[in-house]
Amino acid sequence: MSRYKILGLIRLGRLSIPFVVALLAVFALLATSCGNDDDDGSGGRVDALGDGSLGIVTVAEGESIQIRSLNAISGPVAFLGLPNQRAIELAIADYGAVMGFSVDLGTPLDDLCSPEGGQAAAQTIVADEQVIGVIGTSCSGAAVAAAPLVTEAGMVMISPSNTSPALTSDFEGNAGANYSVGYYRTAHNDVVQGAAMANFVFSELGVDNAAAIHDGDPYTQGLAQAFRNSFEELGGTVSGFTGINKGDTDMVPALTEVAGGSPGALFFPIFQPEGDFIAGQAPTVSGLESTQLLAADGLLVDEFLALGDSEGMYFSGPDLRFGTNMNQSTGQNADQILAAYNQAHGEAPSAAFWGHSYDATTLLLDAIAAASWVEDGDLYIDRAGVRQHLNSVSGYRGITGTLSCDDFGDCASPKITIIHHESSAAIEASKNNVVYSYP
Amino acid sequence: MTETGYFPATQGATEAPAPRRRLLDQDWPKLLRAGAILAVGQVFIALSGMPVTFDRRLLIDPILSLGYLSLLWLPLVVSYWVGREQVLEGMTAYAKGGRDVLAGAMTALLGNAGLALLVVGITHFDIRDPLVNWSPQLLGILEFEESVWLGALIWPAIGAGTGALGGGLHWASSRISRTTVIVLLSVFGAAVLESVITDLTQGFHIEAVSEWLYGPKRGLTYPAAIVVAVAVVGVMTGLAAYRASPARDERAARGEGAATSGGSDTTRPAWRRMPTRRLVNLVLTVAAIVVLPLFLGRLTNELLANVGLFILLALGLNIIVGLAGILDLGYVAFFAVGGYSVAVLTSPGSPRFDPEIPWFGALFVAMLLAGLAGLFIGAPVIRMRGDYLAIVTLGFGEIIRVLLLSDWLSGTFNGAQGITNIPGVEVFGLATVRGFEPRSVLYLVLVFCAIAVYVSWRLENSRIGRAWMAIREDESVAEAMGVDTVSAKLMAFVTGAVLGSFSGAILSAKVGSVFPHSFAIIVSIVILVVVIFGGMGNIPGVIAGAVVLIGILGGPNQPGLLQEFAEYKILIYGALLVWMMIQRSEGLIPSVRRARELHIDEMNQDAWLRAQAAADDAHNGGGNRGGGRP
Amino acid sequence: MQLTTKQRTRVDWFLTVLRVIAFLVIGAGFLAFVAQAINSDNPFARWANPDAINLTGEQLQGLVVTGLAQGAMYGLIALGYSMVYGVLGFINFAHGEVFMVGAMTGAITSSKLAEAGYWESSFVLCLLLVVVLSMVVCTVTAVIMERVAYRPLRGKPRLIPLITSIGVSFFLQNCVLVLLGSTVKSYPDLPNWLTDKRTFLEIQGSKILVLVVAALAMAGLWYLVEKTKTGKAMRAVAEDAEIASLMGIDVNRIIVKTFAVGGAMAGVAGILWGLLFRSVVHTTGFLPGIKAFSSAVVGGIGNLGGSMAGGLTIGVAESLGPLMILEPLGVSGPSQLRDAVAFAVLIIVLLVRPSGIFGERLPSEERT
Repeated sequence: MSRYKILGLIRLGRLSIPFVVALLAVFALLATSCGNDDDDGSGGRVDALGDGSLGIVTVAEGESIQIRSLNAISGPVAFLGLPNQRAIELAIADYGAVMGFSVDLGTPLDDLCSPEGGQAAAQTIVADEQVIGVIGTSCSGAAVAAAPLVTEAGMVMISPSNTSPALTSDFEGNAGANYSVGYYRTAHNDVVQGAAMANFVFSELGVDNAAAIHDGDPYTQGLAQAFRNSFEELGGTVSGFTGINKGDTDMVPALTEVAGGSPGALFFPIFQPEGDFIAGQAPTVSGLESTQLLAADGLLVDEFLALGDSEGMYFSGPDLRFGTNMNQSTGQNADQILAAYNQAHGEAPSAAFWGHSYDATTLLLDAIAAASWVEDGDLYIDRAGVRQHLNSVSGYRGITGTLSCDDFGDCASPKITIIHHESSAAIEASKNNVVYSYP
Repeated sequence: MTETGYFPATQGATEAPAPRRRLLDQDWPKLLRAGAILAVGQVFIALSGMPVTFDRRLLIDPILSLGYLSLLWLPLVVSYWVGREQVLEGMTAYAKGGRDVLAGAMTALLGNAGLALLVVGITHFDIRDPLVNWSPQLLGILEFEESVWLGALIWPAIGAGTGALGGGLHWASSRISRTTVIVLLSVFGAAVLESVITDLTQGFHIEAVSEWLYGPKRGLTYPAAIVVAVAVVGVMTGLAAYRASPARDERAARGEGAATSGGSDTTRPAWRRMPTRRLVNLVLTVAAIVVLPLFLGRLTNELLANVGLFILLALGLNIIVGLAGILDLGYVAFFAVGGYSVAVLTSPGSPRFDPEIPWFGALFVAMLLAGLAGLFIGAPVIRMRGDYLAIVTLGFGEIIRVLLLSDWLSGTFNGAQGITNIPGVEVFGLATVRGFEPRSVLYLVLVFCAIAVYVSWRLENSRIGRAWMAIREDESVAEAMGVDTVSAKLMAFVTGAVLGSFSGAILSAKVGSVFPHSFAIIVSIVILVVVIFGGMGNIPGVIAGAVVLIGILGGPNQPGLLQEFAEYKILIYGALLVWMMIQRSEGLIPSVRRARELHIDEMNQDAWLRAQAAADDAHNGGGNRGGGRP
Repeated sequence: MQLTTKQRTRVDWFLTVLRVIAFLVIGAGFLAFVAQAINSDNPFARWANPDAINLTGEQLQGLVVTGLAQGAMYGLIALGYSMVYGVLGFINFAHGEVFMVGAMTGAITSSKLAEAGYWESSFVLCLLLVVVLSMVVCTVTAVIMERVAYRPLRGKPRLIPLITSIGVSFFLQNCVLVLLGSTVKSYPDLPNWLTDKRTFLEIQGSKILVLVVAALAMAGLWYLVEKTKTGKAMRAVAEDAEIASLMGIDVNRIIVKTFAVGGAMAGVAGILWGLLFRSVVHTTGFLPGIKAFSSAVVGGIGNLGGSMAGGLTIGVAESLGPLMILEPLGVSGPSQLRDAVAFAVLIIVLLVRPSGIFGERLPSEERT
C-alpha cells in the first residue's frame, strides 16, 4: 500500500511542475497586458506612491523584481521557518506578476535563529541593491541584528513570526528599543498575547494569584514577562516568577519554588521537551495539585497535545481558525493554500505562521505595485512609496484576519484566542475548542 | 602515517623489481569488510538527508549537484583506502596494477549495492516514523527521478566506476594521481568559492569572468569546469618544470645562506633576525591582506570578518591548549566576558551603567576583566589533572552563561532579552566601525589578529613560551628543571583570556547585540576543533584551520560558504575531530615540536628499524627484499 | 626558586580565600533557611530576602526524593565513565550520548509497541523487551565506538582520547538528529503503579524503581569487578596493561568487555530515564552526560561507589541548593541557576579534595 502511496506522490509532484509553470505563464501574460494598458494610458509616473527620498529601483524589461525570504530553515528551529518560506513561495506564485514583472525570491536565506546569523544573511540581502523587501525573520533575536541593516538600505522587512515588543512598540505609544523605521510584522505582539492570557485567567477563570515559568529563551521570557505585567495591572498577584534551563529534566525544584505562593494558575509558555516535564511533574509537587496549567503556542503542537499530561490545559495563541478567510490580493482561501502546500511538500505545515507569511508576502507585493510605474518598458519602484503604502494599510483582508498597520509596524490581526484541550485522543477538536478570544 | 610505495630502506642498494600479483589474488575478507562499511556509510549519508538538502546547490551546472556529490565521495575514498597497502618499514610493496583497480571497483560496487537496497526498501516499506528522511524526495534523487529499477542498477555501476578511479589512483604514477586529486579538489573549490569569486570580479570590475564561470544556479558551467581543470594541470606542469630547473636550486642555495647568516645573531630585534626572503614574503603577504578588502564586496568581507573573529579566539585557545597543553573546554567564558563587558559599558540599552563610554575604553575594561576571569578560573584548576581540569573549565563556562541568562542578574545583563543597540567603534574621530560596513569590521579584526599573531609569536619564542612547552611535554620534569609551573600556567590562562576577550568585544560592536545563547558550550568545542584541525601550537596552522573550517562550514552561529551545511555542521565538526585525532593528531600544518612529541614512539621505532636495516646491509650486503605482506 | 615559593603561597592564599567564601555563602544561606523553618517571622530568616518562601515538610521531602532519583540517574551514567576510566585511564566524554541512544531506542520501540496495543496489555513483558533491546543497541554502539575511535589511540597521551571522545559525542548526538529529526519522542503512558504516589512515604513508583535499579546495578558491578575472573582481568589491565598482557590476558578483549558493560548500563539508564521523564530528544544525553562526568569526578573517578555517591551529591545539591541556599540569600529565580549550582558543587569539592570525595591517587596518574 505504501508503495503506491509514495509513487503516487512523486507522480503528482512531477505533474505539478509543468502545471505550475503554465499557470505562472498565464498569470504573467494577463498581468503584462494589464500593465501595458496602464502604461499606455499614463506614460510615466502617475499615482505611484512615494517621494523618492529612499531611492528608486529600476527593473529592466525582462528582469524580475527582487524580494527575499529570511527564515530559520535549518537546525532545531527549522520547524518554524520552513513553513514560512514555503508559504512565501506559494504566495508569490498565487499573486502572479506585479505590474507585468515577475517576482524573484532568490536563494532562500537562513537566519539561524541568532543575531549573528541574521546579520550575515542581512549583509547578503543588502549587497544586492535590487532587493525591495524581505519577508523574515523567524526569530526576534535575528531581527534585532537584521532589521537595522535592511531598513537602513531603504528596503522594508515584514516578519511573519517575530513577536518581541522591543521590535515595534508596547501599544502605548512608546517605540521598542529595537524598532527600526521600515520594519513591519504580521505576527502578533507578545504584549497582546500576555494580556489575553492575563485577562482570561483573571476574569474567566477567576484566579487572582498566578505564577509563570520561562526557559530563558527571549521569546518565552518576554511572553512570561508580558503576562506578569498585564496580570498585575488587572489587580492580580504573580506570586512566583522563575525560569528553568533548556535541557533540564527535573522540574520539581522550579515547581516547588512557585508552589510556595500557592498559585491558582501556572503559565509556562515554553517548548518541548521541557514543557512535557512541567506538565508531567506539576501534579506531583505538593501545593500545585489543583493548580490550573496554562501554556502558549510553543506547546500547541501535536506531540504535546497527544500526551495524557496535557489534558485539561488551556493554550493561548493567534487565532488559527482561518476557516474561509480569503486573501484579498490573491483570492485564495486558507483551505486552498493548505491544499497547495500539501501537494507541493507532502505534509501539512509544521508551525502556525504559514498564514502570516502568506499575508506578509501579499502585503509587500501590493506595496510594490502601489509604489511603482512603468516607463519605456522598465519598471521603477520608489522605496519610500513602498513604506508609505505599508504604513497606510488598514482593513486588509488576509488569511489571518483583518490586518491594519499601526505607527510602529504592528500589522497583525490583533485577535488572540485561548483553547481548552480536553482529550489527548481528539487533538483536532481541541484546536478548535476556543473558549475565549481577546480583545 | 605509513606511506605506500617503496621504502628506500637500504641506501645505495640497487632496487629489485617489485613482485606482481595476479588480478584475482585479492585480500577478500578486507574487501568484503570495506564494502560493508561503505554500504553502511552510504546508507547513513542518504538517510541523513544530505542528498535532499544539498540538491539545491549545483556544483557543475547541468550534471553535478552537491547532493549527488555527497553520495560520490565516500566510494572514492574507501576504494582508495582498499587499494592501499601498509608497507612495513624495510619491506617492499607489491607492484601496482589492474588488481588494485579491480579491488576498488568491487568494494565500491558492494558498497553502493547498499544504496540500491535502500531504493528498493523505500519503495516497499514506509518507516518514515522514526527515520525522517525515509522520504519520497530521497527516493526521487536516488532513482534520478526515473524508475526504481534504474536507481537500483545505476548506483552499483556508479560505484564500480568511482571505485575503479579510487583504486586506479594507486596504479597511476604518483604525479598523475596527485594531479587528478588536485584537479578534482580545485574544481570543487572553484564551485564552492562561487560567491567569493563573484565578489572579487565585481571588485575589479571584470564581472564578465564570473558570469561566464557560473551558471544561474550558482554552479560552475560545464565549459568553465573544464577550463579550470586544464588551467590547474597547466600550472602544476609549469611548477614541476620550474622545480626541476637548475635556476631554482641556485636561488634556494642563496636563500639558505641568508637564513644561516641571519639565524644565530640574537642581539638584533626579532624581525631582523629573519631570513631576507621570508621577510620579503611576509611584507608582501601583509600588503596583500591590507589591500585586498578594498576590492572585496560586502559578502566576502563579512565572511572574512567572521573568520577573523575565530582566528582571534583560536589563537587565544592555542596558547592555553596548544602551547601550555591545558585542555580548557570553557574557553567561551572569556569570549562572553569580552562581549558582555563592551555591551554593558557602551550600549545605551544596557540596564546599568548609564554614562556610556567609548569602545576603546570598554575594551580596556574588558581586557582587565578577562584577565581577572583568567586568574579566577585558572587558579583553582591549574593543579588539577588534565581530565579534571577539562570538566571544571567546562563547568565555569556554563556557570558564566547561566549567570548572564539569569533573571537574578538581569538588572545588569538584561537576562534572556540580551543587550541590544550596541554602538559601533569610533576610531579616534577618524572612522566608525559598524556592523553595517563589514569592510570596516574586517580591518578592525585584522588589526587585532595582527596583535594576536605578534603576541603569540613572541611569547612562543620567549622564556615563558619555552616554559609552556616544557610543561606540555612533561610537567614533573619541567618543575624539576626549575620552571615555575604555577605562574606559567596562570600566565597562559590570562593571555588566552585577553585574546579571547578581544574577539568578544569586536563581536559586540559588529553584531550590535549580545545574547547569552551566543556563548554556549558548542562555541568552545568549535574553537577547539579549529585549533586541533589546524595544528595545535602552530600559529599558521591555527589560522589556516579557522580559514578553512569557519570559512567553508561556518561557526556555531555564523554561516560559511556552504550554507547548505548548516544542519550538518556539528556532525562534520565531530567527525573531523575524531578523524584528525586518529589520523593526524598534529593537525593540518603541524608544529614540528608538537609532531615530534606525538609521534615519539613511531620515531623511535623508525630509528631502530633503520639501524637494523643498516646493520643487516652491512652484514650480508643485500636488502631485506621480497614481498613482505603486512 | 625564591619567586616560585612566593607565587605558590599567593595562589594557595587565593584558594583558601575562595574556600572560605564558598563556605560562608553556603553557611549563611543554610542558616537563614533553618531560621526560616523554625519561625518564619524570625528577623534572621528575612535579613537577605524579605519575600523568602517557606517550604512545607512535604515539599522538602519531594525535593529530596526527586534529587535522589535524579542523582541515582547521574550515578548510573557515571558508573560507565568510571568503568572505562578505571581500565583505560581516560574519560569517555561520549558516554552520555550512548545513554541518549538507549533512551531513544526505548522511546521508539515502546511507542511502536503501544501502537500495536501490546504496551498496555502486557506491560512488564514489553518493558523487558525494550530494556533488552536498548541494552543491545547501546552495547553495540559502545563497542563500535571503542573499535573505531579509541583503539587506534592506545598509548597516546591521555588528553588525546579525551578530545577524540568529545568529537565522538557531538558526532553521535548529531547522527541521531539527522536520522531521527529534532522532534520530541515520548514514551507511552505508564501504568498507574509507576506514576501514582505510593503510600510508603508518598514516593512515586518510578522513582522507587530508579533507586532500586541503581542499587542493584552498583551491586552487580561490584560483583563483576571484584568476584569474577573478568573483573580480575579488568583490575589487572587497570593496574598495568603491558604486564597484564604478558600474564596472558587479552587486553583488547578486556577493554571491549569494559565498554560493553558500560554500554549495557547506559542502556538500562536510558530506559529508566524514559520511565522517569517520558520525553527524549537528541540533546537528552548531553547535559546529564556532563553532570554524570562531574559526578564521577566529585566521587573520585575510577571508584564505583564514589561515582554513585557523587551522582547522589550532585543530584541532591542541584535539587535543594537553589531553594535552600540561594533563595534565602535573596537570589530571584534561583531555579534558573540549577546548573550553575551543580558545577559549583563540582568546583567546591575539588577545591577541598582535589581528587574527589573517595578518590585516591591512582597508579594510572603516572601514566599521563
